[in-house]
Amino acid sequence: MVIKKFMHITKELVEHLAKLALLELTEEEVTRYTRELDSLIGYFEKLNELNTTHIEPTYQVVPEAIVFREDSVQESFKREEWLKVVPQQEEGAIKVPKIIDVG
Amino acid sequence: MIPLYDYSLDELSQKLQKKEVSSVELTQSVLKRIEETKAKLNTFITLTKESALQTAKTVDQKRIKGEVLSPLAGIPIALKDIFLTQGIKTTCCSKILSQFIPPYDSTVVKRLKQNDVVLVGKLNMDEFAMGSSNENSCFGPVKNPWDLERTPGGSSGGSAAAVAASQCLGAFGTDTGGSIRQPASLCGVVGIKPTYGRVSRYGIIAFASSLDQVGPFGKRVKDVAHLLKAVAGRDSMDSTSADMKVPDYTQFLTKDIKGLKIGIAKEYFIKGMEASTEKVVHKAIDHLKKLGAKIIDVSLPHTSYAVPTYYLIATAEASSNLARYDGVKYGYRAKASTLQEMYRKTRGEGFGREVKRRIMLGTFVLSSGYYDAYYKKASQVRTLIKRDFDEAFKHCDLIVTPTSPTTAFKLGEKMEDPLQMYLSDIFTISANLAGLPGLVLPCGFDEKNLPIGLQILGPHFKEEKIFHLAYAYEQSTEWHQRKPTV
Amino acid sequence: MTSYEAVIGLEVHAQLKTKSKIFCGCSTEFNAKENENTCPVCTGMPGSLPVLNKKAVEFALKMAMATQCTIHEKSIFARKNYFYPDLPKGYQISQYDKPLAVQGKVGKVRIHRIHMEEDAGKNIHGTVSSYVNLNRAGIPLIEIVSEPDMRSSQEAGEYLRELRSMLRYLDICDGNMEEGSFRCDVNISIRPLTQKEYGTRAEIKNINSFRFVEKAIEYEIERQKEVLESGKRVVQETRLWDSEKNQTFSMRSKEEAHDYRYFPDPDLLPLQIPNTWIEDVKKSIPELGAQKKERFMNQYGLTEYDAGLLVQEKELAQYFEEVVQICQQPKLASNWILSELLRETTATQIAASPISSKHLGELIKLIQKGTISGKIAKTIFEKMWNSGQSPKTIVEKEGLVQVSDENVIRQWVEEVLKNNQKFVDEYRAGRTKLLGFFVGEIMKKSQGKANPATIHEILKKKLDSKGE
Repeated sequence: MVIKKFMHITKELVEHLAKLALLELTEEEVTRYTRELDSLIGYFEKLNELNTTHIEPTYQVVPEAIVFREDSVQESFKREEWLKVVPQQEEGAIKVPKIIDVG
Repeated sequence: MIPLYDYSLDELSQKLQKKEVSSVELTQSVLKRIEETKAKLNTFITLTKESALQTAKTVDQKRIKGEVLSPLAGIPIALKDIFLTQGIKTTCCSKILSQFIPPYDSTVVKRLKQNDVVLVGKLNMDEFAMGSSNENSCFGPVKNPWDLERTPGGSSGGSAAAVAASQCLGAFGTDTGGSIRQPASLCGVVGIKPTYGRVSRYGIIAFASSLDQVGPFGKRVKDVAHLLKAVAGRDSMDSTSADMKVPDYTQFLTKDIKGLKIGIAKEYFIKGMEASTEKVVHKAIDHLKKLGAKIIDVSLPHTSYAVPTYYLIATAEASSNLARYDGVKYGYRAKASTLQEMYRKTRGEGFGREVKRRIMLGTFVLSSGYYDAYYKKASQVRTLIKRDFDEAFKHCDLIVTPTSPTTAFKLGEKMEDPLQMYLSDIFTISANLAGLPGLVLPCGFDEKNLPIGLQILGPHFKEEKIFHLAYAYEQSTEWHQRKPTV
Repeated sequence: MTSYEAVIGLEVHAQLKTKSKIFCGCSTEFNAKENENTCPVCTGMPGSLPVLNKKAVEFALKMAMATQCTIHEKSIFARKNYFYPDLPKGYQISQYDKPLAVQGKVGKVRIHRIHMEEDAGKNIHGTVSSYVNLNRAGIPLIEIVSEPDMRSSQEAGEYLRELRSMLRYLDICDGNMEEGSFRCDVNISIRPLTQKEYGTRAEIKNINSFRFVEKAIEYEIERQKEVLESGKRVVQETRLWDSEKNQTFSMRSKEEAHDYRYFPDPDLLPLQIPNTWIEDVKKSIPELGAQKKERFMNQYGLTEYDAGLLVQEKELAQYFEEVVQICQQPKLASNWILSELLRETTATQIAASPISSKHLGELIKLIQKGTISGKIAKTIFEKMWNSGQSPKTIVEKEGLVQVSDENVIRQWVEEVLKNNQKFVDEYRAGRTKLLGFFVGEIMKKSQGKANPATIHEILKKKLDSKGE
């Protein structure tokens, strides 16, 4: 495993991340986040002091295995009720600006 | 005469049961207190006066009819604005949800309703529970009742401040990295983050799913024990909730702690910690010794790695958890002519600065080429941190530590330096990484008359042991009787 | 000129036939009103959490075992992060580096992996807006990924049909490509026959019938050949099948590389499959198409072709065996089903056929016993199809019992010969082809009821005994 030490967060990377996360950022925000992320990541690389080669990662702290539900249909919430929170809808369908990019 | 709102939850529970007071009287007293103080503290986002009084009335009628009621029946409490309440606005203090009225109740709310609790309103917090000072709220910061120029801590700052100022008899918050315990410490109240899986997360707006846990605030240890009992236990809607019996925590509240083994970890007494805090916590430990506890040195060697580990994991999970706020199904939607524009503007405008910072960080941590070096690495270090505790608890029953390196700091003081802000969580986040329960209760004051909290950590699902120690300490000290003057 | 070979791998998404969705209790019913089958979980409401449907796992396990996969004792649900209006949470819960099962086999084709995931909703595109329906969001899917082991459209088609048959035999997916419960993406590249390395592949999506899968592959092979022969390179891309123009076209916007940022879903604990569960599921796996085909050939002496046709649907195979049970005539039963019954209906509709397996069996029995003639049987069959009545009822009602009484038949023969003296003479003069004409006339006279064998016997005797 290659540990990238002293990673530098560049403006381009921040812009790429903003694109992935679908966040519209102002020029000022891009500058700010470049600086802040660079400083934070720099500090977080403290973890590289530890050798973790044979350590299993922990993703959850609950010791049990998964719990199931049985396959039965439960009454869901009233469509009319939840459609009230939808910003735009037409005849029960959620309306969004036309999807041009397919994917 | 002492106003009703100034009693503790347990005292009022008894008064209600003895019919010395009615829930309507109590609720009116609390609502009046809120009206008098809410502008100063900025604690409440939504007040539910009418429904509160209606519930109080119903409970009083039930009591007159002689129905068997929960000890919490008729007690006014409030909720961090992160718990979904059907028909009551739930904002998470974010512009993106500022008008969101949930179509369903969280499990915690359902259980509180089953206990006939009177809900008086929803409380201010850091946006999406991201922050340690309550300054990241789209509704402005909460003020600390002990000093209005200072932070109440975060992210459940509103909950801690409201309880400290007697605006409610108890409150619920969430704790992902200390968001219950740090504000409890900074506001001089009792707060517990239970074991991960103890309380259902269903219907609670997620920040970092493997770390988030619900817990109550109260003025007294016993109050908190009542509140936790009411909401804890397996929920079929949350498959990470534990299928384990919930003891009646109030049955463990005795003053005798002779022979209890208390671990003290040197890693929790660090450089940069305020001298007064260190002094007060050491005094508290001495006090426990006098009460008959055995003090044992334990080591938690990976403590100094907890902050980076936590922020790498928490932001990664958050970046994914917050992807659903896209303007399509609910919440804020920016005007736009294309879908892409709608997405980017909705999220760019809807989220605040700290939330966007964490989404960016989390997106980076998970992104192709960096996953192993950051996310996976942090998850491996998490294993080491968890092992530290497993090892330590072989030698002691509970571990006692400071909660925050400083007392309440001034509003604005750390806002421009995220790293300094993140480091203020240093004593609380390990418990989340390891999934352990932790309770904070007042153990003294600094020279500025600001409260200092003592943190008690226990093994998984050993909340009753923590309550036991906390109660013994509380009942043999005077700290909990001090009140802020608001 | 270079000869090329196609290298084809298929990714099949099969909707599992559970009653409720994979992570919530919403119905999976197909014809609901828009956004009717939804709840906080499948609409991605804040605070909602997934709880895994046990039946969905059981179904996935069945397919994993049927395809001889190795089942992971512990598999992990992961989040696949991307934004799209039909994806309410902004991520799809899927399995990534620890799928449910790996390394199986379907015929000659190796299975790379089988994993579980949730389906997305549906977007409907209008002129200025798009519309989202989340009824499908959260329906359980299994994704079956093959190795690139197929070399032609026929092989791909065979593999797909086999997969579909397995899913239907296991009763875990209805396999309807048009309705989208069985979907297929094709990965295809070509390479010169002499080359070992794979060429650059294209992924073809949006194919909604078996025929189109084959057509799309054929089109793509030709397209890639042309690209290579004109000295250009095949671009790695996603292409869509246009069933009206019969061609694939590039989905340009997708070329911006995705970064799905997979990570273990913290809301779901690892899926553990204990051995006892595997054993239980194993016991519930029925005889599948391929095994059944073998058995039909051995037990009933059917040809490979007929056996293959009969096992294409579980219901058809079952129908066949019921017919055989009654008439004890496997070959006749096979013939009647394949050439008569399947002219009227389809294999999938067989259960709804007005002619029950019992009735068809009885019909064949009547032929066998000589009660009715083969010709009459066809008439009766038609009447059975239209009325749903049993062959006995029809035979009795319409007096269609075959006449084998020699005296009666002799009389018909004599009458016919008498009325056609000219042809009798011609026959005797050597025009023996006329025999068929006489048989026909006698049949007509008997209204089709005469036993053809008896006619034959008497007629021959009469014609050949000159001057009687």
